[in-house]
Amino acid sequence: MLLQYQIEGGDFVNAGKASSAVKRVLKQLDVPARRIKRVVIALYETEVNVVAHASKGEIEAEIDTDKIIISVKDSGPGIPDIEKAMEEGFTTASKEVREMGFGAGMGLPNIQRNSDHLHIESVPGEGTLVRITNDLRD
Amino acid sequence: MALQIGNIAELLKAKVLTPELDLSNEVKHAFASDLMSDVLTGDYEKTILVTGLSNLQSIRTAEMSDIREVIIGRNKSVSKEMIELAQENDIVLLQSSYSLYRISGILYEAGIKPVY
Repeated sequence: MLLQYQIEGGDFVNAGKASSAVKRVLKQLDVPARRIKRVVIALYETEVNVVAHASKGEIEAEIDTDKIIISVKDSGPGIPDIEKAMEEGFTTASKEVREMGFGAGMGLPNIQRNSDHLHIESVPGEGTLVRITNDLRD
Repeated sequence: MALQIGNIAELLKAKVLTPELDLSNEVKHAFASDLMSDVLTGDYEKTILVTGLSNLQSIRTAEMSDIREVIIGRNKSVSKEMIELAQENDIVLLQSSYSLYRISGILYEAGIKPVY
């Protein structure tokens, strides 16, 4: 099954809609609750990152019986130093993002913690690709 | 110690914004934060989120974290969209004029445990 969603930069009202939709699908597939939570938290933090930093992005979630592969590709500033960005507390978020309850430098560490495999590619000035792969069965 | 969410609303003189949802849900723990990324790091069971952050992301965060009860403190106004999103996700939403410190103190005294 392939699910696709668009994300608009700056659109905090809709941030999380895709994560919510993916959560519903995984529930219908009887995925264990703890595994659903890992997937949706990783995806939700990624959605918030795209809304916070990029002009737009797209999500593709490929679901098979025992695995989900989520690719989130954005057009944005990119991440010049990924290692640095993975450090807890490192942030480039605006005041507006902090007012939304995010932007404390915890997004990428949270994404990593909730991903079985995380792959990030980024070209400064062009954009970022985040790929999250999680097992769906115990 | 567990309290029903309806009783918690009475203790905190809170307004129940989702009256059509089940108010007999049991609450055993509470977590207080305005930083949603912090909330997203936790594991919760029968936990109420106490927050002064009143926007759609507080409800989304509860949804992703499997939190079924949220209380907005400091008399922050709550939008219609937040109430609708809470209803859709079976999240009991309360609103209180008390500060987060006061809410937390009352819940602690009533036997509601911290998450850690």
